[in-house]
Amino acid sequence: MSKMILGRKLGMTQIFSAEGKRVGVTVVQVGPMKVLAKKSAHGDDKYAAVKVGFEEAVRQEKDGSVRFRGVNKPEVGVFTSAGIENPMRVVAEFRCTETELDNYTVGQTLDHTLFTEGEFVDAVGISKGKGFMGVMKAWHFKGFKGSHGAHETKRGPGSIGAHTFPARVFKGKKMAGHHSNKRVTMQNLRVIRVIAEDNLYLILGSIPGGVNGLIRIQPAVKKAGAIFLKTGALTK
Amino acid sequence: MSVHPLVKKIEDSECRTAKGQEPLPEFRAGDTVRVHVRIVDGEKERIQAYEGVVIAMGGSGNRRAFTVRKVSYGVGVERIFPFHSPRVAQVEVLRRGKVRRAKLHYLRNLKGKAARIKELRDFN
Repeated sequence: MSKMILGRKLGMTQIFSAEGKRVGVTVVQVGPMKVLAKKSAHGDDKYAAVKVGFEEAVRQEKDGSVRFRGVNKPEVGVFTSAGIENPMRVVAEFRCTETELDNYTVGQTLDHTLFTEGEFVDAVGISKGKGFMGVMKAWHFKGFKGSHGAHETKRGPGSIGAHTFPARVFKGKKMAGHHSNKRVTMQNLRVIRVIAEDNLYLILGSIPGGVNGLIRIQPAVKKAGAIFLKTGALTK
Repeated sequence: MSVHPLVKKIEDSECRTAKGQEPLPEFRAGDTVRVHVRIVDGEKERIQAYEGVVIAMGGSGNRRAFTVRKVSYGVGVERIFPFHSPRVAQVEVLRRGKVRRAKLHYLRNLKGKAARIKELRDFN
């Protein structure tokens, strides 16, 4: 089933698995989200998707008018038409099939019950920005020898192409430049514990981005529907 | 950077007493201990004892751990036990050692008589 939940990364810690091994987990506080709209392949959108909102915007009253921080007036309209009183800061959507649209209703709340313990997921986040990086860090170039007569160039890229032919540098040539701070997906992670009380998922392994980063959790594309529950299961 | 309160809550709930496991006695580097380790042997679970000198304690909260060193058939063996591990069933303190530092890594370079630790005498 197509589904997706948004959350905030709270940090990492370690817990003991069922076998008594220490495992590193990322703590993600997920949802609740509201379904804002459904897009249909037969409608104007030409594709099927569910539009959701996450994190209620702060209400501000000034000179008799009401505003919501981070949501402008046209965007507020999206929420009112869905019958939601308080607009939300984050709006996202996920693709699904036309028939799966029936599983969702506009105004519905989606929470941690979307995923269960043991389920394989992909986690999407924005990686921590590393700024302007040289080729050694950015592309794992080897650099040059520290001794044996090397001078001036110890961390440079070396040659960036041939001479008269093709007389240019190929597009996509790996060079120094801005690195990270972009969308990264970690595949085949496992939700190993769901803490319903605080809307938390404990996900095995690391997830891109810093603390408080927006995380998108969706079913693992390469392990569709798989649940890890064999002997030595890592679920509780 | 400080730990998020909800992460702290998880960490606290991972500790021995919160999980209903037997609490461990107080011990420190230099003490000789017998660690009762739960071992899964095929289908059955049994308890095996591992005896040696605590040479280091590290970490805090749910990550706390200790290192136990012994010399087995002339070969030095060191095992690191997570303090809050469900596999550590019990720890017996056999002997209190009189040592002046927290990490006893120097014992690795000593053998025989030199590697002994004086017993801590309590003259109340």
